[in-house]
Formats: sequence, C-alpha cells, structure tokens
Amino acid sequence: MRRIISILLENEPGALSRVVGLFSQRGYNIETLNVAATEDATLSRLTLTTNGDDRHIEQITKHLNRLVDVVKLVDLTEGAHVERDLMLIKVRADSTQREEIKRTTDIFRGQIVDVGPRVYTIQLAGTTDKLDSFVSAIPEADILEVVRSGVAGIARGEKVLRP
Amino acid sequence: MIVNAELDIAAESQESVEMLSGGEMIARALEDEGVEFIFGYPGGAVLHIYDALFKAASVPHVLVRHEQAATHAADGYARATGKPGVVLVTSGPGATNAVTGIATAYMDSIPMVVLSGQVQSHLIGEDAFQETDMLGISRPIVKHSFQVRHASQLPLVIKKAFHIAASGRPGPVVIDIPKDITRPDERFPYEYPQSVTLRSYSPAVRGHSGQIRKAAKLLLSAKRPIIYSGGGVILGEGSDLLRELARHLNFPVTNTLMGLGAYPGSDRQFLGMLGMHGFYEANMAMHHSDVILAVGARFDDRVTNTVAKFCPGAKIIHIDVDPAAISKTVTADIPIVGPVRAVLTDLLEAIRSAQGNDESATEAVSLDPWWKQIEEWRASHGLWTGRRFGESDYIKPQEVIQSLYRITEGNAFVTSDVGQHQMFAAQYYKFDEPRRWINSGGLGTMGFGLPAAMGVKLAFPEDDVACVTGEGSIQMNIQELSTCLQYNTPVKIINLRNNYLGMVKQWQDMQYEGRYAMSTYEDSLPDFMKLVESYGHVGIEVKDKNQLDAKMAEAFALKDRLVFLDVFVDPMEHVYPMHVAPNGSMKDMWLSKNERS
Ligand SMILES: Cc1cc2nc3c(=O)[nH]c(=O)nc-3n(C[C@H](O)[C@H](O)[C@H](O)COP(=O)(O)OP(=O)(O)OC[C@H]3O[C@@H](n4cnc5c(N)ncnc54)[C@H](O)[C@@H]3O)c2cc1C
Ligand SMILES: Cc1ncc(C[n+]2csc(CCOP(=O)(O)OP(=O)(O)O)c2C)c(N)n1
Ligand SMILES: [Mg+2]
Repeated sequence: MRRIISILLENEPGALSRVVGLFSQRGYNIETLNVAATEDATLSRLTLTTNGDDRHIEQITKHLNRLVDVVKLVDLTEGAHVERDLMLIKVRADSTQREEIKRTTDIFRGQIVDVGPRVYTIQLAGTTDKLDSFVSAIPEADILEVVRSGVAGIARGEKVLRP
Repeated sequence: MIVNAELDIAAESQESVEMLSGGEMIARALEDEGVEFIFGYPGGAVLHIYDALFKAASVPHVLVRHEQAATHAADGYARATGKPGVVLVTSGPGATNAVTGIATAYMDSIPMVVLSGQVQSHLIGEDAFQETDMLGISRPIVKHSFQVRHASQLPLVIKKAFHIAASGRPGPVVIDIPKDITRPDERFPYEYPQSVTLRSYSPAVRGHSGQIRKAAKLLLSAKRPIIYSGGGVILGEGSDLLRELARHLNFPVTNTLMGLGAYPGSDRQFLGMLGMHGFYEANMAMHHSDVILAVGARFDDRVTNTVAKFCPGAKIIHIDVDPAAISKTVTADIPIVGPVRAVLTDLLEAIRSAQGNDESATEAVSLDPWWKQIEEWRASHGLWTGRRFGESDYIKPQEVIQSLYRITEGNAFVTSDVGQHQMFAAQYYKFDEPRRWINSGGLGTMGFGLPAAMGVKLAFPEDDVACVTGEGSIQMNIQELSTCLQYNTPVKIINLRNNYLGMVKQWQDMQYEGRYAMSTYEDSLPDFMKLVESYGHVGIEVKDKNQLDAKMAEAFALKDRLVFLDVFVDPMEHVYPMHVAPNGSMKDMWLSKNERS
C-alpha cells in the first residue's frame, strides 16, 4: 500500500542524507521526496511516499524515529489528509495542437505558464493520480519534459505536526 | 544562525567565563566528562588537539599502533566498565582506519565517542590532502554524528555526543572536527553544560504499565516458559533484576552470545547459550516453550534459525528499549518498550501483586514436568553434563577453555576474536558476572580480541584479562603487542592454534566437501615465540595435554608480563552443537560430525 510519511526534521547539515541513507541502507524504496524549510528556521518539513505492507511501514517509521534529527513524524495515510504534487510539463504545441492542449489543460485546471513558438509549459497541482491522468491524456510523443515536486501533505482538520 | 545566537549569549557573560581555544576546549570537555582514557593516533588534522592534550595533561592518552585498534580498545573499555570509550583519530586514513571498529561497536550497541580530525573548513569538498567525508562514510554505522562548525559549539556538541552515545540503546557517535576549529590562537568562552536535552531524542524511561500487567499474567500461566536474555540486560545494568525475576518464577534462562554473564553461568536454572552454536537444552527448551520472555535480545538470525519455524508454540513477550528492535524479525505478542531496569522492576511488582500472598508454591509445582524434561535434555547432550567432544592425541580446544576456567577460577575478563575459538570460549567458560565476556557478536570482527583486552586491562589493572584467539585473528591486530608493552597491559593471550581459519574450514568440511579454499596458511605462520619475545613479552608453547594446566597456571602466575600461550589444538575439531541450515528450526542441530538432534 502507498503511504505518505511526513517528517519534521532538524534543519542541520546532513540531516536529509540520514533519512535518504536509511532507505537505501535498509532496502526500502522512496517513490517521491519533497523537502523544504518551514516557518521555524530550525526545522524542515519532509514528505515522502513509499510502498509496503503494515509491518514494513512500521519498521520504516520506527527506524526513522530512531534518527536523532527526526523530531516527529506522521503517516498521513492513516487519516484524512490533503496531498498535492506539483508538475511542470513541457509539451510540443505547434499551431495544430495548441487548441487541444489548452482545452485539456483547462479541464485539469492547469495553467500554461510559458509559451514558445512550438512549446507550452503547463503547471498543474493535485494528487498524484490527477497528475498521472493528465500525463496520459497528452500523446506520449508530444511530452518533452516532466518535472514533479513529489507529494507534499498535511492532515485535515485540527491535527498538526509540531515539535 | 544558531551559532550567532550562542555567540551572543556567550559574549554577554564573557568576563566570568574562561576563554579557551577549540583544542583546549576538547581537552577540558573530556576531563569534565570524566573520561579516563583516550585511545588514539595523531596526524596533521588533530595536532592542535594533541598539543592541547599534552599541555593540559589531564586525560591519559593511549597511543595504539593502528586506528582500528583504538576503536576496539575503547570498545573493550566500554564493555567492561559501562562507560563510553573515547577515540581520537586524524582525518582521512586515520578516520577510515577507525571505521571497522565503529561498525563493531554499532552492531553490538556499545557507547563510544569518536573524535575525527577533518581538513580546514574552507578546504572541505576540495579533495584536500587527507580529506575524507567521514560523516558520509560513517553514517550507516553510527548512532549519530556531528561536524563542528564553530569552536564555540564544542562544549555542547561534546556533551550531546556523550549523552546520545550512552543513553537509550547505546552506540557510537562521531564528532568530525575541522582543523581550523581547534586553532590555538582563537579563544572563546568555555562552559561545559551540566546536562543536555534534545527535543528530537528522548529514549523511553518506563514500560507501558498495561502491557507489563498483561505480561505478568501470561508468565504466571506458562507451563513451559523460558527467559531468553541478551546483551541489553548487560548494557542496561539489569542482571540483578533478571536474577531476581528468574529465581522468583523458577524459570529456565538462556543467554545470547552477547548476554553471557547476565545470568550466572554456574546457576542450575541456566541452560547455556542458545542459537546456532547454542546448547542442546537451550535450543530444545526454546523450541518447545509456550511462553518466551525476551529481554534485551534482538532475535538475531544466529539465534532464530529459520524464522518461519521459530518456536511454533510460543507466545512472545519482548522487552527492549529500542522500539525498532521489537517485531523486526519475529513478531512479539506483548511488546514492551523500555529500559530493562525500569521494566523488570515494574514486572516483578506486577507479578507479585498478581500472585497475591500465597500463590508462589503452586506455580513452582506446575513447572515440575517442564524442568524434568529440561533435565533430560541436559543429561543427554548438555555440554556441561559430560564430555561431548572426542579424545585425541591432540589437545582439544574445549579443554583449553576448561583449563582457563579452572586456573582463573571463573573470575577473569575474557575477550575473544572471531572463529571457532570464540564459540568454544562462549560455551566452556561459565561467566557468572556481566561485563566479563567481551566479544564482537554482531559484526564478528577478527582482530577485536587483543586491543579489546588492552582496553579492559587498563580499566581493571588488578584483574586477570585473557584474550582467547586463533592464529588467524591475532594477526589482524598483532601490532598492538607493542602498545601493550608501552602501557604495561599484561594480558594473557590464549592462542587456540589449529593452523587453519578454523571456522571457515568447518563450513568447508560441512558444505564444500572439505575443499579448503584459502583457509590454510601452508607454512607461512610466524614463529610466535620469537615474535612475542621481540615485542618484549613472554611466549609459552603447549603441545602436550598433560602440561596444559601447568602452563596455563605459569602464564597467569607471571602477573606483570604479557604472556602469549600458544596451544596446539586438534586442527580437525568442529564446534557443536550447530544449527542445521538452511530451513532448520531451533531444534534441528548437528551434535557431532555424524549425529543429529
Ligand atoms: C561466529 C559467530 C557465531 C555466532 N553464534 C551465535 C550463537 O550461536 N548464538 C547467539 O546468541 N549469538 C551468536 N552470534 C552473535 C550474533 O551474531 C548476535 O550478535 C547476537 O545473537 C545478538 O545478541 P543479542 O540478541 O543479545 O543482542 P545485542 O546485539 O546484544 O543487542 C542488545 C539488544 O538490547 C537492547 N537494549 C540495549 N540496552 C537496553 C536497555 N537498557 N534496556 C532494554 N533493552 C536494551 C538493544 O536495543 C538491542 O535490541 C554469533 C556471532 C559470531 C561472530
Ligand atoms: C575481519 C574478518 N574477516 C573475515 C572474517 C570471516 N571469518 C570468520 S571466522 C574466520 C576464521 C578465523 O580463524 P582463526 O582466528 O584462526 O580462528 P579459528 O576459527 O581457527 O578458531 C574467518 C576468516 C571475519 N569474521 N572477520
Ligand atoms: Mg585458527
């Protein structure tokens, strides 16, 4: 099962490499990884998605918690949550394709953020599924480049992840 | 940012506090931390530190002959005393040489603080002379690591390092220190913190009371219980409570290789070590048990054999301070996260209150059939209830350990290397006290024994310290004979000389039809007598079994000399019992070359 694990991490040199290293060291895989500073300069927030059964995930979270730089973590998939992945996708867009691409972009509530004579760059935010569907809606041959941020997530309601 | 904030605070109180250079801070902080010995080796990146240590002359430093030995010596010291071992090495090759010893400590959860020099801050990343990414190299084998960014951070970083290394599940911590941080011409206020708290690190201090009550109930209902205790009982100073619990319940006890001594070896309730080379009665009792109380043991693959076949009828209570150790390989029915002392105290109380006032008599009676069964196993194949190894003209390796036990009256500190000799020592030396048996279990590091013995002897100069080794292992750190002379550590090296990488040979006998691929030295072994003499020590050779005890006694009678006792043993001997693998369960064992359980 796919899991979204969100981590509050000490903003210390080497902290991120400990998290990433743990996954390769113990043979777990990371599907997406997203990390950035928070409102508190001493903390970063890291969200990663991984796959595994309950036992596997329990081991992953236990080992993550064992890292001294990990302040707190939550498995967001255990409760209601909001998740967003951001995609920038560059597609071939000559005069015959432009209308069709624009229409598809509108349907997915994306934005065209850069326009060139033969290309569009589209920005799209949403769940992983939504981004996947968008990608499959564009003919494969027309996709020039895809950049995704990886999932960022937060619990719904009053629940917060704080030190 | 953090650095600046600390500096501001420090600047305000500048008048009242001492001003020290980074190097001086390190020397002082180690003193303030109560460090007794530093094991290390100098080099360019740590020369400021060495100069400060020299001038302060407060903490004795032991100059090893190879940085790997510094880590093992610090490790041996830590295992014997319970206090963190301290290592100081230079950058680059000094740091990489220390890696095997750090990994050894990590696998066995040994508290250690390793200070590694680093090139100057502004050169980091430039492939500077003797630069190596020590944080990167050591990352998977440390509990935590730091790189110091400013000299003013040193006191706090050092305090944190000792705190992390020694608390919770102990382990090695690396502090990487760029050379400019320790320069003598820049001074900063020094104040060593009394204590430290980390928002992201707070090991469990008590077990969950509901879980403990459940465990008490299950233990009291057991018909075929067993206590499986490990290194955690020693690390957590829980031996006295383990004994009290086992005696109160009249339960049989088995120890892992790392747990030997946690429960007295000579006690009637002790079934010996369990696992791959464990005792028949211990493995049989585990396999047939209905309740297992695992305390500070981590269900290692050398213990469980095939996990799917592990103890099919048993409910498992697992006490461990590290939640990640619980249900990692074998799922626990009642997990209890907490330090062994606190949990065993609460568990004893829960048991006593569940028993009320007069139950204990009936409990003892209900275990009679179980004990009867155990006694039968013991009588049939127990290593201590009869001679389980053959006769030959050669001295048997087992007899050497028995002799060592007799001559030292069971009171020695025994370190070992890795191989058959290690298993014979574990099987035949009955350890009655914790911290007396000192070996590399998790990583299985050949070369551990001699430097570890050195560390132990420095901590306990009045006690007998024996290093049980093989002619293969001893050559991996033989250079430390020189250190032993310099620092006067008269340990006794008991070399079980079988002229083979015996443990490798045993596997080749059993699985590769006796093809000894690279497990012999042909005629290349040194003359150990001359070798140790040239290092300034005493060599004694033993070939005649009738002389064994006398020579052993002679070695230990030379109180202030290091003696290398070279005992020629049967080269064809194997270690038994040995788990049948692959696909065997705990009860499937080879008991001799042609006998199976
Ligand atoms: C050649 C060879 C053969 C071997 N054969 C065997 C064998 O036959 N049998 C055998 O047992 N081993 C054998 N080993 C050793 C084996 O590899 C493991 O090292 C060993 O089994 C682990 O012991 P342990 O379970 O006691 O755990 P340790 O490695 O000692 O770990 C201690 C556990 O206790 C926990 N702990 C630490 N402090 C506390 C505390 N304060 N409170 C509570 N819990 C705490 C830790 O979190 C950890 O889980 C062999 C090794 C070699 C090299
Ligand atoms: C550093 C290292 N290299 C290799 C091994 C694999 N190994 C385990 S036991 C052993 C043989 C040890 O020989 P010796 O020290 O003579 O002991 P014996 O088994 O003969 O008693 C080897 C090579 C190891 N454990 N450690
Ligand atoms: Mg040998």
